[in-house]
Amino acid sequence: MSTTSPATTAPTRRPAEVALVAGEVVLDEVVPARAGWSAVVAAGDVLTIVDTEGNQAVDCLLYAASDTAERYSAPDTIAAQRNVFLTTGSVLRSNRGRALMTVVADEVGRHDTLGGACSRESNSLRYGFHTQHQHACVENFLAEGARWGLGKRDLVSNVNWYMNVPVDPDGSLGIVDGISAPGLRLALRAEVDTLVLVSNCPQVNNPCNGFDPTPVRMVVTRP
Amino acid sequence: MSSSTATTAAARAHARAQEGATAASRPFVPPGTWPHPRTGSAADVPPDRLVWAEALGAGAATSAVLARGTRVQLTDVDGGACAHVVLLRADAPWERLNVADTVKVLWQAYLGAGHVLLSDQGRALATVVEDTSGHHDVLCGASAGRLFTTAAAKHGLGERDVPPSATFFQGVRVADDGSLSAPVNAGPGRSVALRLELPAIVLLANSPHPLADPATATTGTLHVLAWPGGATRPGDPQWTSSPEARRAYENTRTDCLARGTA
Repeated sequence: MSTTSPATTAPTRRPAEVALVAGEVVLDEVVPARAGWSAVVAAGDVLTIVDTEGNQAVDCLLYAASDTAERYSAPDTIAAQRNVFLTTGSVLRSNRGRALMTVVADEVGRHDTLGGACSRESNSLRYGFHTQHQHACVENFLAEGARWGLGKRDLVSNVNWYMNVPVDPDGSLGIVDGISAPGLRLALRAEVDTLVLVSNCPQVNNPCNGFDPTPVRMVVTRP
Repeated sequence: MSSSTATTAAARAHARAQEGATAASRPFVPPGTWPHPRTGSAADVPPDRLVWAEALGAGAATSAVLARGTRVQLTDVDGGACAHVVLLRADAPWERLNVADTVKVLWQAYLGAGHVLLSDQGRALATVVEDTSGHHDVLCGASAGRLFTTAAAKHGLGERDVPPSATFFQGVRVADDGSLSAPVNAGPGRSVALRLELPAIVLLANSPHPLADPATATTGTLHVLAWPGGATRPGDPQWTSSPEARRAYENTRTDCLARGTA
């Protein structure tokens, strides 16, 4: 497993070609493999996420930029749409029931709301204590969130874009091989000014990244 | 005209005369004065061993700080209770219930006997040690956000400290396409007991499941009883119920030994 790949893959397509919703390009950044990332997406702007090399889990939390005590709530989102999968039309709701972002396009078909983020601590339970010092999404969330004044208590169940977590009839649930592919995109429209906190998942012990974490690309357009 | 509370002496007498009344939602203090039938593992507990005894009607919320090893039994009296639960570690409340890890690490979305409720620090917070219902939910959370916020505030905690909750007695199931069934209740008299593996702040609300039909759903009475006991130990079959559970218990026990609180 390479952990020394180049920090970025130079985008070969212009951002306006990549964006799923046309508009003025206001942000175009590559999130290196295993890295954290964050940005405020203004109300009405659209964030396109590109799974550059395929099957790369993108762990994602959302906060109302005006008051970060209001944040993405998996249960509010799941209950409101009566479905555990996210795809086009899904509204990402806050702990106060308000719409933070809407999935306005999705080339994959479904994304996970149940699995949460990997952490050093949960890795020790899932794979053994030898994994305790491997990099993990919670480490990214804590480091990236600190830049905005967020701390541990601000971390809750997150969205896992591109991650495939089926639930069997008996309730068995697990992270299985992904259904994404190189270049597949999704787009999120901000309904309010939204702080988007991302961990480009560094997990190497399960198939959520195809056992090979890779970069993803973030493009924000203003329609 | 003079009322019966026109003077301090009359107001005091009026206040003191109220003690004999009762209410649908109320604690019993001391807990040994609990007047209702006790079932399951609570049936054999001597009354003076109880540390918490409370009845919760629709829309009621409460909380308690309980020691490691405490058994907490919840009973759905009429077949309509909906018990939303949040657990935070009492001696370090930034460590708290993590429902995502609870389903992911244990490879199981539906709570039942033997399920370990995990904290975000890779430790067992509680174990489900009894379950005569089989219908629970950790996907939809509580329609009780305000109830939890005020319950948390009484422990010096704020809105940011309240994570997604677990729900007992109203179970949903996930279809292949990800869609959710309506909540299902197993009927009256069912109970669930938790064994606390860490000292915990327990936040508890009895309010409708988010997917309950508001036109027909009514929330029934919830009974809460708690008494001291031991945490899960090596040699208990539960300790080795799965490799993931075993490591969670090992993490919990090691941490409590290190803190001198085992």
